[in-house]
Amino acid sequence: MTEPLIFELSKPGRKAYSLPALDVPEKSLEDLLPEEELRQKDPAFPEVSEVDVVRHYTRLSQLNHGVDTGFYPLGSCTMKYNPKVNEDLARLPGFAHIHPYQQEETVQGALKIMYELNRYLSEITGMERFSLQPAAGAHGELTGLMIIKKYHKDRGDNRRTQVIVPDSAHGTNPASAAVCGYETVEIPSNDKGSIDIEALKEAVSDKTAALMLTNPNTIGLFEENIEEIAAIVHEAGGLLYYDGANMNAIMGIARPGDMGFDIVHLNLHKTFSTPHGGGGPGAGPVGVKDFLVPYLPNPLVEYDSANNRYYLDYDRPQSIGQTKAYYGNFGVAVKAYAYIMSVGGKGLKEVAENAVLNANYLMRKLSRYYHLPYDQTCMHEFIITPKPFKEKGIHTLDIAKRMLDFGYHPPTIYFPLIVDEAMMFEPTETESKETLDNFVKSMLQIARECEENPEIVKSAPHNTPVGRLDEVTAARKPDLKWDS
Amino acid sequence: MFPKDFKYSREHEWVKIEGTKVRLGITHYAQDALGDVVFVELPEVGTEFAANDSIGVIESVKAVSDVYTPVSGKVVAINEALLDSPELVNEDPYGDGWIVEMEMSDTGELDNLMTAEEYQKFLKEEA
Repeated sequence: MTEPLIFELSKPGRKAYSLPALDVPEKSLEDLLPEEELRQKDPAFPEVSEVDVVRHYTRLSQLNHGVDTGFYPLGSCTMKYNPKVNEDLARLPGFAHIHPYQQEETVQGALKIMYELNRYLSEITGMERFSLQPAAGAHGELTGLMIIKKYHKDRGDNRRTQVIVPDSAHGTNPASAAVCGYETVEIPSNDKGSIDIEALKEAVSDKTAALMLTNPNTIGLFEENIEEIAAIVHEAGGLLYYDGANMNAIMGIARPGDMGFDIVHLNLHKTFSTPHGGGGPGAGPVGVKDFLVPYLPNPLVEYDSANNRYYLDYDRPQSIGQTKAYYGNFGVAVKAYAYIMSVGGKGLKEVAENAVLNANYLMRKLSRYYHLPYDQTCMHEFIITPKPFKEKGIHTLDIAKRMLDFGYHPPTIYFPLIVDEAMMFEPTETESKETLDNFVKSMLQIARECEENPEIVKSAPHNTPVGRLDEVTAARKPDLKWDS
Repeated sequence: MFPKDFKYSREHEWVKIEGTKVRLGITHYAQDALGDVVFVELPEVGTEFAANDSIGVIESVKAVSDVYTPVSGKVVAINEALLDSPELVNEDPYGDGWIVEMEMSDTGELDNLMTAEEYQKFLKEEA
């Protein structure tokens, strides 16, 4: 069943409001605005009653798939369940009803949380100091690259125009580098999915500003040569940037700072308990080693221990400046703080352990029916492909669509680009063995269908409100506006 | 599938040589791997590129990919038809789906490219 557009529910004169009688003299729009500012035609607003509006949007919300409705193994996205208590805490009036321009004396608790969260994140990653300002992961990347740029410039080194990224990188890495005015240099992966050391040696030079890397990498494997990689980049005078998108796999076990990274961003909305995938808000705090602290965005929250007082420090002349209004998405910071406090250091380690355990369990089960391009112990995510069914004309997209019929969100498909027909699964730590086993059963059934009845897979989905959508026409000839 | 008189790159581009000029596009294999193309970003006429530079972008329903030029030189023509009809890359990769024409600065670079036979062998090895 499809849901009509709210415009299609419209009936002339139907209303969902009743306004009180006007108690001031009425003035016509023509008296208030010059003619060129006035519409020639009334806007086409839908005219519906309150119950129409409520039912329409309730039905739409029920067509959604979310972590609250089912398993969501979307690789690279860490779609784990986030405890609801952290939502409640972020909505406490003392957090939700304060204003960024309030006097510092009246928001000491909020400042303390920002300061303490910076300390926790620094401890988790092995960095000296964090700024909570960036609004999301890619914004964190841009902020980090701006810090790198200013660092080289302040040293009088203006030759460094290149940022190196591996061919398995998140697409945001080269995009952020380009936005920051850098030329990106791509280096290939080896047959184990790790960085090709020889290619890296050839790529670095006195033009290298930084290498951007995520570890574990996007194939879900740990870069075992990370110390050698760091040494190569540092010897060439470049810095090492850590894309913290995959931090969920190593919390409490390994720290980017210890691996040789100089600068990191974290996705609080992935790893630290903020629901995501719905457009935000997220948060992409940036942490740096001590020599880069002066460049962090303004202001930083500081603690005056003599007076037991938290304050905002703007007196930081080398700072790259402000990268977002005020101090970042504070509500997201509260949730991260509450999450870290409630699970504790031991709990964070267990999160990483279970994320990795779940991924390996699922990988081994699924590899019985599907192709496993990198057959080794994985971290928090892994890749399989439908290669065994190639002869039947089955593609990754078909299997992803068929999963919808079983009530699952599909994995990330066709990423990373270096694996043909990739399907990337990240089960996360919050899923039980029963959930994983049920999912494996469905994947086994799909594998059987690929052999015995491929048409049912190729024409999936069958149980969803609409069937296979024409994504090609939608992309080539987008129809974004409703006309009666 | 692979015209005999064209030369091919490891990045799955083809070039058709006309004197010091080449016409460039992506191979049948590349368009099939990308899937339905929905957008093509072209360079401006007059832009100069070195060999292996990215000269444009092809976006399909699956992925966004760079298009590389296997030879150095200046862009002398672009296939503007692709802006409205990106599907030409899928439907006719060696004909109406061409991408740019370049005036080469070093015709010697053509020696680095593969013949149709070599390219087919290369594809087999890659698989």
